[in-house]
Amino acid sequence: MKKGYYGPYGGQFVPETLMPALKELEQAFASARRDRGFREEFDRLAKSYIGRPTPLYYAKRLSEHLGGAKIYLKREDLTHTGAHKINNALGQALLARRMGKKRLIAETGAGQHGVATATGAALFGLECVIYMGSEDIRRQSLNVFRMKLLGAEVKDVSSGSKTLKDAINEALRDWTTNVGNTHYVMGTVFGPHPFPAIVREFQSVIGKEARAQILKAEGKLPGHLVACVGGGSNSMGLFAPFLEDNVEMTGVEAGGMGIETGKHASRFAGGSIGVFQGAKSYLLQNSSGNVLETHSVSAGLDYASVGPEHAWLKDTGRVNYTCATDEEALGAFEMLSRLEGIIPALESAHALAHAAKLAPKLEKDQVIIVNLSGRGDKDVQEVARIKEVKL
Amino acid sequence: MASRIAAKFNQLRKEGRKKAFIAYIMCGDPSLEGTAKLVKTLEECGADIIELGVPFSDPLADGPVIQAAGGRAIEAGVDLKAVIEFVRDLRRETQIPLVLMTYYNPVFKYGEEAFARDAAQAGADGVIIPDLPVDEAAALRGHCARYGLDTIFLAAPTSTEDRLRKVAQASSGFIYYVSMTGITGARLSVSSEMSGAIEELKRLSKGKKPVSVGFGVSTPEEAAQVSTIADGVIVGSAIVKKANEAPEEEFRRYVKSLREAIR
Repeated sequence: MKKGYYGPYGGQFVPETLMPALKELEQAFASARRDRGFREEFDRLAKSYIGRPTPLYYAKRLSEHLGGAKIYLKREDLTHTGAHKINNALGQALLARRMGKKRLIAETGAGQHGVATATGAALFGLECVIYMGSEDIRRQSLNVFRMKLLGAEVKDVSSGSKTLKDAINEALRDWTTNVGNTHYVMGTVFGPHPFPAIVREFQSVIGKEARAQILKAEGKLPGHLVACVGGGSNSMGLFAPFLEDNVEMTGVEAGGMGIETGKHASRFAGGSIGVFQGAKSYLLQNSSGNVLETHSVSAGLDYASVGPEHAWLKDTGRVNYTCATDEEALGAFEMLSRLEGIIPALESAHALAHAAKLAPKLEKDQVIIVNLSGRGDKDVQEVARIKEVKL
Repeated sequence: MASRIAAKFNQLRKEGRKKAFIAYIMCGDPSLEGTAKLVKTLEECGADIIELGVPFSDPLADGPVIQAAGGRAIEAGVDLKAVIEFVRDLRRETQIPLVLMTYYNPVFKYGEEAFARDAAQAGADGVIIPDLPVDEAAALRGHCARYGLDTIFLAAPTSTEDRLRKVAQASSGFIYYVSMTGITGARLSVSSEMSGAIEELKRLSKGKKPVSVGFGVSTPEEAAQVSTIADGVIVGSAIVKKANEAPEEEFRRYVKSLREAIR
């Protein structure tokens, strides 16, 4: 396979100005991986700062309610800052420090990656600028204030659709301008090589822990893994350590208001191959090659393309991809809250919605692990708005 | 047969080392009729080569002026296919060298070979794709060479020697040197670094490929400065802005002043 490619997907489709920075990053990452000191520092921070390992929790009441397979939840919602995003953000902040970069920039949709990057910047005393679409700023005002408390500058992006993809365009423009002193903390397994590989590596801690934990709890590997897929970092983190095993895996995209309405973010259901923001992958686009606007109740899944390795896992059939609608996700959001006392992020609720369809079809001795990628505190206000509840 | 672009640079050299004035406009901003008229005006006022921007939904190498122009062109229903048809029509009016400047996804979606064939047959002379580095361009270069479309690659201040070599080798027509680490429409600064890189590109292409400088050139003074070290000067955002905002007479005076400055 060509370097930086997963089958025909991936690559480095960026302006020439950034090519040397990608090379520098690739080399820094390769040398960090070989450096025991770097790995030890990441592990130490994972344990003492992020709160790893996160529990693998047997959701007994949920499993009994659905009446089939046993459902385990990988509790990424219990990490510091409340979502899996911190694993990657801290890892890349360490890399940035290693490369001598003084400034971190990042894009954010729901705000979780922005908060995680701002946290990493605060921890290492780096300057931090977060790009966020003005539509997302409106939807996630609490996270905007969190980032500011952490010392980051939040830049309002009012171009294009004013959401995640426009924030990425603006972050890439910033990086192109300030590449000398700045590291771009890409938040998902997307963008030009080596970002998909770097983010996969830092997130695969999820799957490594889950694998050891389920072997201890059940004495066997799970039959199924389920995770939501926006760009695809939490799912790749869970799936990667199981790819060689006999384990079925399902990635759940945002079905929005239904594929037939066109208002969704299901790249595998409604997309075709394209090149966007640095990578070749499945893309929601029109016949002119312009990128379509997407819709999802969860800002974190509301993106027009998907990580290139996912595209390859889809084509090879190793992972199944499906989608859950806004309504199904909202149902799962409430179901988990009531049955287990855990309010999930709306993103993670998409994975739960699929698990709820899958579990009843399986025997009681079967095991499903669902990645509970984040907690739902950030979504409470938006859900209240949708349900027309006055706070 | 030399391409229209090469022929233009040769002609300028024969006329006494006059440098090329390359004007960028967004095709379809605000309409194709408007663009046709603008090409005519630019040619009358002394532009040597026209870069025609192809609108794209996510122009990550462009600043606010060209982003907005692209938005208007998309509103007007213009896409890569329409631009190629436009070039076909325009060729009945003018023989000025035309270079398409597009992002990669529209070309990928159109089909690389079909694009090279259709664009060349319509009368386009070259293509610039800012988000397609030489490393990813092998297939497209093959198709463009076959159908006779110049491939113009970008070199940047951050480019290493090794990358300057690749860019020099892969480029035909001319080499596009990006004046700064940044996006279109930002501020220019002419530095010794820039002249060093341009010398290097000329050396690497054995003096056979002209080097043009773009990004951030907006005033006649800046254009004059750049033309002392480059073979061509590219003015984009400033022309797009003036074409939209200034009365025609003022716009003509501005374009002529750029022409005067570039020598």
